[in-house]
Amino acid sequence: MLSSVQNPRILLLQCRRHHHRLPLPPKPYLQTTISSSLHTSPPPASQIGTLRKSLLSREKTAVELAETYLTRIRLTEPQLKSFLHLSDAVLRDAGEIDRKIERNEEVGPLAGVFVGVKDNICTADMPSTAGSRILEGYRPPFDATAVRKLRESGAIVVGKTNLDEFGMGSTTEGSAYQFMATVGGFSLCGGMGSRSSEVTANPWDLSRVPGGSSGGSAAAVSARQCVVSLGSDTGGSVRQPASFCGVVGLKPTYGRVSRFGLVAYASSLDVIGCFGSSVADTGTLLYAISGHDKLDATSSKREVPNFASVFITQDFSESKPLKGLRVGVIRETIDSGVDPEVISSIRGAASHLEELGCIVTEVSLPSFSLGLPAYYILASSESSSNLSRYDGIRYGNQAVSDKLASLYGDSRAQGFGSEVKRRILMGTYALSAGYYDAYYKRAQQVRTLVQKSFKAALDENDILISPAAPSVAYKIGEKKNDPLAMYAGDIMTVNVNLAGLPALVLPCGFVEGGSVGLPVGFQMIGAAFDEEKLLKVGHIFEQTLQGCSFVPPLVADGFAC
Amino acid sequence: MALTFFRGIQNRPIWLYPSAFVATKHVFYCTMKSTQTQTETLEKQQPELKASANSQSKTLDNVLTNYEAIIGLETHVQLSTQTKAFCSCPYNYGSQPNATVCPICMGLPGALPVLNSKVIEYAVRLGLALNCKMSYNSKFDRKQYFYPDLPKGYQISQFDIPIATGGYVDLDLPVEFGGGHRRFGITRVHMEEDAGKLLHTGNGSYSQVDLNRAGVPLLEIVSEPDMRTGIEAAEYAAEVQRLVRYLGVSNGNMQEGSLRCDVNVSVRPIGQLEFGTKVEIKNLNSFSAVQRSIDFEISRQVLLHSQGHGDQIVQETRLWEEGAQKTVTMRKKEGLADYRYFPEPDLPEVVLTKEYVNDVRSSLPELPEMKRRRYEKMGLSMQDILFLANDMNVADFFDTTIEKCVDVKLAANWIMGDIAAYMKTEKLSINEIKLTPQELGELIASIKSGTISGKIGKEILFELMAKGGTVKGMIKEKDLIVDPLEIGKLVDRVIAENPKQLEQYRGGKTKLQGYFAGQVMKESKGKANPGLLNKILVEKLNGKS
Repeated sequence: MLSSVQNPRILLLQCRRHHHRLPLPPKPYLQTTISSSLHTSPPPASQIGTLRKSLLSREKTAVELAETYLTRIRLTEPQLKSFLHLSDAVLRDAGEIDRKIERNEEVGPLAGVFVGVKDNICTADMPSTAGSRILEGYRPPFDATAVRKLRESGAIVVGKTNLDEFGMGSTTEGSAYQFMATVGGFSLCGGMGSRSSEVTANPWDLSRVPGGSSGGSAAAVSARQCVVSLGSDTGGSVRQPASFCGVVGLKPTYGRVSRFGLVAYASSLDVIGCFGSSVADTGTLLYAISGHDKLDATSSKREVPNFASVFITQDFSESKPLKGLRVGVIRETIDSGVDPEVISSIRGAASHLEELGCIVTEVSLPSFSLGLPAYYILASSESSSNLSRYDGIRYGNQAVSDKLASLYGDSRAQGFGSEVKRRILMGTYALSAGYYDAYYKRAQQVRTLVQKSFKAALDENDILISPAAPSVAYKIGEKKNDPLAMYAGDIMTVNVNLAGLPALVLPCGFVEGGSVGLPVGFQMIGAAFDEEKLLKVGHIFEQTLQGCSFVPPLVADGFAC
Repeated sequence: MALTFFRGIQNRPIWLYPSAFVATKHVFYCTMKSTQTQTETLEKQQPELKASANSQSKTLDNVLTNYEAIIGLETHVQLSTQTKAFCSCPYNYGSQPNATVCPICMGLPGALPVLNSKVIEYAVRLGLALNCKMSYNSKFDRKQYFYPDLPKGYQISQFDIPIATGGYVDLDLPVEFGGGHRRFGITRVHMEEDAGKLLHTGNGSYSQVDLNRAGVPLLEIVSEPDMRTGIEAAEYAAEVQRLVRYLGVSNGNMQEGSLRCDVNVSVRPIGQLEFGTKVEIKNLNSFSAVQRSIDFEISRQVLLHSQGHGDQIVQETRLWEEGAQKTVTMRKKEGLADYRYFPEPDLPEVVLTKEYVNDVRSSLPELPEMKRRRYEKMGLSMQDILFLANDMNVADFFDTTIEKCVDVKLAANWIMGDIAAYMKTEKLSINEIKLTPQELGELIASIKSGTISGKIGKEILFELMAKGGTVKGMIKEKDLIVDPLEIGKLVDRVIAENPKQLEQYRGGKTKLQGYFAGQVMKESKGKANPGLLNKILVEKLNGKS
């Protein structure tokens, strides 16, 4: 039982918590100063809801709203580099929505919502490179199912966000590309291949990584370059960058969202996930892309509940809105190896949940530490197979060669980056005759153990909580040459993928760093297909968290729309 | 190395066993003809094969007295589903290259396979027909290797849990090959997808990839190493073809590659328990190629053994060269290929329920073996049985025919005689001729009852085959006299015109009945029903009128 009364250390941490929650006074940035409302701003409102209201009340047109975002992209993108490609159809799409509204026609639930899409998710009208040289200039002939659903809901896909090549990495430094986006034909930067440090930056501190692999999607939402964004999460690639960038990140249950059109990394672990600046936006995005898809045999046929019902704004301060909810803090995640400041933030979040009426206890997942090696064996094995199709024969870059073997070898040697090659080699090794039983098979057994221990913990608890990452955002280049240190950073998240469970990461505090402090995210893990509960708890948590505003200093005044 | 190796077997055996290679030459001659015919016409090829195979096997018998060949087959059957195994592309043999492809079968990034449920149904059908044990929980695996015709870099297949295992197939060897019933074991049946095709340019400067065939569903059938001769293997393959056609799961066409056989052959001295080194033979485009390549390979291996060069038999894949009538090294196996199989994560497990399997079982048609046993009980000869049961359409025709006509032997004779001859000259299948089995039954019944003569019956048969129509209509059209009263009048007239002969007849010279009959027939211009005519004539001659 974790209780602030019983545990004096918690009391201490709680005191510190307030310090951590309050960002330091901002420094002038981009010739603008951060709005003073940052300190006292109200809980995050649903940007989607606000936007929809102003559209339908004809207070603003979709084109005006689009211009606002494009202007912000123009201002922030040279520093952030969250996008690899920007759509040139944004204003056209917005104009179409305006015409529909003018004609009083029905517009979709995401009408006019600016969505960023991770570049490993296929879009028919833009290149989809998965951050890899081997897919340079590749344009898919189809939209991923999630993208198709977004478009059908009226969303405007603003561009393709940067990522670690094929989703393999935790910093977005592993992208083969640097900044090359243009807005309206105007290049925002000198093009690709400039300084080596020109990787996607964290909006809270440009010298730090945004996390990864969905770093571009997290940074873009954090800096309000778009309203929401799609990422993909194989071992934490949505949740860790959400934590690093101070946004809400949701990894749905495996099978909740169709993977059709998601460039496969590890098929049994991959899910498309959502980023938003509020739980409500994130949930609304999830609802739009969820559901069975006949093009993905692993997508679930379960009904998708309308998550919107949990986002009703009400006054939570008086009662205990989460009374009786059993919350288990995973003991192994607040142990050694985790940044003490991160642990204190998580304990603070736990206390906050207690204040909301939750019954918070510690639970142990004995197989937790086994998850990381099992994950790296399984993910590498599957990726070694999934990446076999990049042979330079049908698409992508083909090396010049008159021998078949060297055509394969050279195309792949030139096309893949070092981290991808490392994982292909590891996976090929693990699946090789004579090693299969020792590696792949054992990792599958560990996976079963992990699933069982989660099942047991979730029988006792409604949700489990843990940090989303053992640290806050670190410096660009810090772990680039130390893959094992980078892999270790995935310890908080990989188990959830092995078990296929849904998890929501939302910002809960700050630790010192950068100009105003660096956000910390905590992870809530739910039972399979119980995203609704996570969203409900997350929404109440977020709406009742006092004194924290997770708007990065990079964002100029007057962003609210 | 390989070159000298071949030169060795080409030269030495001629001195040692000259007739073996004379026989092979003879077979070669037949092949050139038989490869031009369709596989459907195997029945027609067999007579050509007979002579050569017999003379060859005689020689081989001499060589082989001390050796035993162990033969197993891997057969790939392309399923005739409307769409491919994992996407909704159709597949039509002979389409323009890359005309039936989509992101899924091209292996584009982000595309996922979704299983066509017909593939499962067909696999269960074939598994049950091969008397296999069905796996109620099986799965797909990825078999990984690089080749330009394999878009994903892996083939979706089944590895350790195939959908069906442990069955057998029964067959009867053709009488001309000595006959006899055989039962060959089936190790497993599994589902997988086909690869595309490479088109190599004449000068070899580049190759083109055609992915039309990529993702077409296949069933791979692995036999137990139960066969001992080329003819046994060829007959096994023919029985598999028959089965898939009976089941409607494939057209079984070898020329189009819908049915492909790879053969494994090893030899060992009789009495030795362990197997000899196994050699795989590919590029077998007909059943006769299966048979001849095996017989060639057996003699090659036995010769090497008998000369003390058994160590020159290495585990390798050899190619059957139809032109040269020999097998040549294609690739030596340098250690076992590591396909790094692992469970396909994009596809859920394949779960069969008992009800489903039972439903499929109850929907199975009568299979060739059941038909043969039924025909055998009817008293047909094995030659007739095999002729009728080899082709499902012929068997169906026969079965419908005998619903109306009790004389099965007669029905078989008509089908195997005049009808088969007509089909052959007109190059028609039994479904294409205009004669219906109902009318054939009617025709045979009419002849049997004496309504029409055999001669008229034959005339009617050919008209029915060419133009269609009914036996009754044809009798009418031919103005045949089948009315007893009319025939009675004719008889009366002839008797009245021949009082002298009548007297002689009644005096005991009953042979004159033929004379009267001839006269009546002449009077009727050949159109009187002979049965009725004789019946009425005898009555009247004997003064019963």
